Amino acid sequence: MSAAATNGAAAPAGSAPDAGDAPALRVVAPGPATTLQDAGRTGHQRFGIPVSGAMDRVALAAANLLAGNPPETAALEIAYLGPTLVVEAESVRVAFAGGSATVEVLDDTGEPPRKIPPLTSVRLVRGQRLRIGGLGGSVVGYLAVAGGFAVAPFLGSRATLMRAGLGGFAGRALQAGDRLPLAAAVAPLRDETTLPDTTFPAPQRVRVVLGPQDDHFSDAGVATFLGSTYKVSAATDRMGMRLDGPAIAHADGFNIVSDGIAPGAVQVPGNGLPIVLLADRQTTGGYPKIATVISADLPALGRLAPGATLTFERVDLDAAVAARRALAAELAAMAARLVPAGGGVDIAARILSENLIGGVVDMHAEHAP
Amino acid sequence: MSSEPHPRILTSGDTALVVEFGREVDRRVSALVLALTRRLEAAALDGVVELVPTFRSLMVHYDPLVLAPSDLAARLAALAAGLDAVEEPGRLWRLPACYDPAVAPDMADVAAATGMTPAEIAAVHSAETYHVYMLGYLPGFPYMGDTPVPLRLPRRRDPRVKVPPGSIAIATAMTAVYAIESPGGWNLIGRTPALMWDLRRDPPALLAAGDKVRFEPVSLADYEALAASAAAGTLVLTPEPAAAASAAVPESVT
Repeated sequence: MSAAATNGAAAPAGSAPDAGDAPALRVVAPGPATTLQDAGRTGHQRFGIPVSGAMDRVALAAANLLAGNPPETAALEIAYLGPTLVVEAESVRVAFAGGSATVEVLDDTGEPPRKIPPLTSVRLVRGQRLRIGGLGGSVVGYLAVAGGFAVAPFLGSRATLMRAGLGGFAGRALQAGDRLPLAAAVAPLRDETTLPDTTFPAPQRVRVVLGPQDDHFSDAGVATFLGSTYKVSAATDRMGMRLDGPAIAHADGFNIVSDGIAPGAVQVPGNGLPIVLLADRQTTGGYPKIATVISADLPALGRLAPGATLTFERVDLDAAVAARRALAAELAAMAARLVPAGGGVDIAARILSENLIGGVVDMHAEHAP
Repeated sequence: MSSEPHPRILTSGDTALVVEFGREVDRRVSALVLALTRRLEAAALDGVVELVPTFRSLMVHYDPLVLAPSDLAARLAALAAGLDAVEEPGRLWRLPACYDPAVAPDMADVAAATGMTPAEIAAVHSAETYHVYMLGYLPGFPYMGDTPVPLRLPRRRDPRVKVPPGSIAIATAMTAVYAIESPGGWNLIGRTPALMWDLRRDPPALLAAGDKVRFEPVSLADYEALAASAAAGTLVLTPEPAAAASAAVPESVT
């Protein structure tokens, strides 16, 4: 199931790489696993199509809000290490949110790279390069572009499902030389924005609701699951987080007739080691699921790095719904926390912008007393 | 463990409920799952995000901030009451099927395991009308049953890394057609030129849960001609209405 599968019937979904001169970001270095993701492709699981979408919806929303987009606009999901991209458009506004990373703008002028403050949008012009370094604190981050990417949705979503080669940009992770088409050819001058008091911490414990198949496990097995510390395995991917730790005892075998899989379902195969099923999870499966991570804790779960440790805390369904309501409120409050970024660059930009609006472009205005 | 009467409503986190009608692969259970799916589609409840019918249960994905789980559970219990285990007539697909060993890499192994000749295997396999229990695993992949008893074999010991799309495959009581090139461990006994998954269609999947399928044997030469027209997009398959619903749903296969 984990090996690559390619579409055998027609060209893979998603926009083909284009070599034209349409506004784009060109990939200089792709990073190990950079894919286009949004809120996912719902409504097609009955045809065997996984939902996919961003692992950390909170960070996706933050990047989009900073870029001036609706929170679920498709953005580049970056895992572990960011890409280097060069602007092949008149201008573009971008914003990065997620794991802490050095975000730099490089010119061809030989000037030292300009570091962009965390959680701050930035406007780039043709020829400038954006370089995002290694991610810390969380293994995922999102690069949003104002206006979004000009990539056709597939079945209502721009999320990439690499395993089936569908959606996103050519159904795959970015490669060097790709041109990512931009919906907006120009980014108007305005104040850049920043998001104070916002972090994307990786959790040490996540909350679960028991079920749907907790009765396939012995009492001792459930106690093992809830009482043990598990370590995130290196075999973790967008489909599932594999965990190492004490084996969970089944009550009566580990094969069940396949049924549906909810986001965050914790399935326990024959070796007793739990796998938390994530964004690219299969639509159906034949291992018993002891519990399900609550939806409010899934974005944070996606931040965990291999080697991190994790415990599971049991809550009831009412508490899970309350937590989801709290997360929705937090996301709504995030939009209200956006503020103009400080610094003379932005004042200059505003002056220039006002001049442009007024039809008077005085290139020296920004230096005027 | 299965003492509790069905249907049972199970919690799967705060965004999905499961209505479970059984724990086995069973045509009656499948009929109940699909009947509830139709009722729930007709009810069009605000807050229900999507429905995923499987062999034995219906997973209802929902938004708990729109529809409280307790309210949804009550609605599901009411809708699941008084369902009849009667299959809908549904759609019947006649899929060209080539059982020539040239496109059936496991035919020799299956012949050895069953003591049947390839011609007998093709005749027995193509005599059945298959029921699509569900789609899953990968896009467009149909789990169909029930494979005739003489052809029920375990999965291969060594799964293949790449199975070509269109491969007709058997394992245990199931028959499937691989929809996209993918890894697979089932026994490959033929090939259909029909595209299970075609992005030029909406929906891309040819089959849906509840459909019926017949495999119509064709020669290798006919298969190749049909495959060429399928690739060109000119092989258009149209389903027939399946036979009228019957109370005589087949017995459990397990």
